[in-house]
Amino acid sequence: MISAVRSWPRGRAGARWLLGAGCVACLVMLPIFALFLQAAQGSTGLWSHLASTILPAALADTIILLCGVGLITAILGTSTAWLVTAYAFPGRRVLEWALLLPLAVPTYIIAYAYLDILHPIGSVQGTIRWMLGYSGPREFRLPDVRSMTGCILLLGFVLYPYVYIPTRAMFLTQSANLIDASRTLGISRRAVFWHVALPLARPAVAVGVSLALMETLNDIGASEFLGVRTLTVSIYTTWITRSDLPGASQIALSLLIVVVALVAFEKWARGKQRYSTGAQRSRAFEPRHVPPGKGLMLLFAGLLPILIGFGAPAIYLVSEAWKRIEFAGLSTRFLAEAFNTIILASAATIITVLFGLLIAYASRLRPGTATTWLQRLSTLGYAAPGTVVAIGVLIVLATFDGFIDSTATAWFGVSTGLLFIGSGAALLYAYIVRFLAISAGGIDAGLARIPVSFDHASRVLGQSAAGTFRHVHLPLSKAAITAAGLLVFVDCVKELPATLLLRPLNVETFATHLYGEAARGTYEEASIAALAIVVIGILPVILLSRMGQARQ
Amino acid sequence: MTPHAKDRTLELHNVSRSFGATVALDDVTLTIASGEIICLVGQSGCGKSTLLRMIAGVDVIDGGHILLNGEEVSGPSRFVEPEDRRIGFVFQDYALFPHLTVEQNILFGLKRRPKQEAASRTADVIAHIGIAHLQGRYPHMLSGGEQQRVALARALAPQPDILLMDEPFSNLDRGLRERVRDETLSLLRGLGTTVIMVTHDPEEALSAGDRVVLMKAGRIVQAGSGYDLHDRPVSAYAAEFFCAFNKVSGVYRNGHVETAIGRFAQALDAGEGTPTTLYIRPQAISVSRGPGDVSGQVKGRIFLGEVEQLAIAVDGLEQPLQVRTMHRLPPDTETVGLTVLPDSWLAFPPD
Repeated sequence: MISAVRSWPRGRAGARWLLGAGCVACLVMLPIFALFLQAAQGSTGLWSHLASTILPAALADTIILLCGVGLITAILGTSTAWLVTAYAFPGRRVLEWALLLPLAVPTYIIAYAYLDILHPIGSVQGTIRWMLGYSGPREFRLPDVRSMTGCILLLGFVLYPYVYIPTRAMFLTQSANLIDASRTLGISRRAVFWHVALPLARPAVAVGVSLALMETLNDIGASEFLGVRTLTVSIYTTWITRSDLPGASQIALSLLIVVVALVAFEKWARGKQRYSTGAQRSRAFEPRHVPPGKGLMLLFAGLLPILIGFGAPAIYLVSEAWKRIEFAGLSTRFLAEAFNTIILASAATIITVLFGLLIAYASRLRPGTATTWLQRLSTLGYAAPGTVVAIGVLIVLATFDGFIDSTATAWFGVSTGLLFIGSGAALLYAYIVRFLAISAGGIDAGLARIPVSFDHASRVLGQSAAGTFRHVHLPLSKAAITAAGLLVFVDCVKELPATLLLRPLNVETFATHLYGEAARGTYEEASIAALAIVVIGILPVILLSRMGQARQ
Repeated sequence: MTPHAKDRTLELHNVSRSFGATVALDDVTLTIASGEIICLVGQSGCGKSTLLRMIAGVDVIDGGHILLNGEEVSGPSRFVEPEDRRIGFVFQDYALFPHLTVEQNILFGLKRRPKQEAASRTADVIAHIGIAHLQGRYPHMLSGGEQQRVALARALAPQPDILLMDEPFSNLDRGLRERVRDETLSLLRGLGTTVIMVTHDPEEALSAGDRVVLMKAGRIVQAGSGYDLHDRPVSAYAAEFFCAFNKVSGVYRNGHVETAIGRFAQALDAGEGTPTTLYIRPQAISVSRGPGDVSGQVKGRIFLGEVEQLAIAVDGLEQPLQVRTMHRLPPDTETVGLTVLPDSWLAFPPD
């Protein structure tokens, strides 16, 4: 006999994975939990001050912003999705993936770019004045981009792909038979969009809009540069300028309530509809050929959001970055920031992917209520805006730091200071909490494509649960794990609010550098940093467009 | 194979398993001797595949004990992991690892052995199953029949004590299925392997197994030889699972079932006057143009080649009787005489 049957009793395989997943879920839950505790302890005097002065205005601004961005993204996302599915015209294939490009531009970068592009004494306004025959900005200027309207429009033009992606997928998978059936029932081609396609796509639009609004809630840079005082901005200033942690937590909690309302809105907007893929493979939607003249018009209409959301800022950043490099080269400070950005994002990515593997594989080994809940809890952080997570992490780690410091002082007579918060561990923690959902979700989807019989085959052929993971799941889900890692990495690079709040003293990343310059109103190396972020941000767009093509 | 071959047995004692409110296995007790080929048969959802997974140890049981070679492997206080059970498994979808070649798939189960030994064992199995020409290929390059053989080779390579097969032939085309089944079973008989095979096909169960175990809703309905289950079913369910019967309602009186087509002697453990259903096989009724025990009208004819299936309406019966006959009746036949062959019927009181 090669292997004697083990004679001692032991727990079922997967117990350790389950324990690990439980620990991860606790780790992720802790900051949110701490936030509640802290907010509950807050002094009542401060709260009444907050409630009467800051909160109402911030809440009103946040809601106006959400409504505006929701409307713009819904209109842009659905119309572009319909454009590329329903009509065949030259350039449609390019448009299909190019419409994703604005995803690569974070909200704070588009605001940064347009502040300069549309500056009253900038070249764009100068050209317009020259064409209209005005001599100076006193005589004529465009409405100031630093306004609520400006903020809504700019956010709308970079966030619409969140609606475009699911809606287009929905249009594509909708059976062409439904469209044909509605036409035989006497609905004109034009009316099909309003009466059939759009109502059917409603769940997808709802998902997309709610994702875009989550991003809006997370945004700190654009709103601040453009002078919109949202809840997120208020949390930041309450903590940074007043060092008022209970106050910040209380605003953070009200922001969380907005998030919960948003999720409820999504559920409501979806109605009773669900994504359903019929048992029969449905015939793909056949786009309608249009005459060349009209085709050109459609192409231009499709290019417009790309131009505004990606083209113009990208051209601006490239030219500014070029000028700067020609003028001063790359400073050592900039290279240090590049190093910081890459190291922080890489470290966070590795941990987040490992945790994601743990969560996803535990659910596979032990499918059931326990793991379903673990999965749900551990991905909660994604819905929470970066500032909320950052404040939560701050509370947790400040408590730990205080505890370790006092213990060390009592036992060894040495003060450890702020061990976690000072070391960047806090920032990694916040990244993990925020992006674990991406990693766990992506890996889970990858594992779901592997039949369960593979697990069973491997086990009866002598591999343990861990061995099965190594020899079967890992090689078969490499692509999904890599893709998840890439998405996490890019999101870490782009993440501004948490980085701003939790970075160790004197540590700058691309994102915080850009924020600093924009806040000071100086335009130096920020364009290079912004360009770097956009270039990195294009990576997942390529991934997404490839996935879209593979599906067809 | 080894001297102890005859000692190897699998025992299931009162095995139960539920998934939420659904009872998948309910108090299953079964003993399997070494070298036996067992067919677990039943409709989908009857618990037959669940039972296979419990034996393999890829799922746990809620109650009862499973013993392998006299040693408990699943029970309230003990659980042996599947990798330590020495059980082979051929899955319905074959579960060949797509990132490994045929040869690497077979080597997968031999990782605990020294390299040399694993290599020579792989070569042996590949030669024995006759798949040498496939060994460098990947699973997606194989036909259904080839995949089945590779799955079998992979399961047999570690020399398991018991081989479990879950619907191993259901993915094959009809003509191919019978050939592969005959080849596989004669190979396994030659090796003396203990086999538990799951199928939903009654014909496959009757022809393939030394012993047939019929399951329904997580319980064993009847276990025995194919002849036992087909000819002497213990319940109406077992009877109907293996054969499409004519069902004639009647009443049990004085050791007979009285029906519209006559009295049929049948000893039943039932009170006088109990409503009883008589089960008559379609091929157990002889039909002729002359007079029989009862007469009937031909209502439909389906020519099947070897036999012809007739639907014959008889006064007093709600449904026409289905009769299968090799006797060719002239096309204009309307009235026929029917005779039920002696001792060919079954009777069960309704549930």
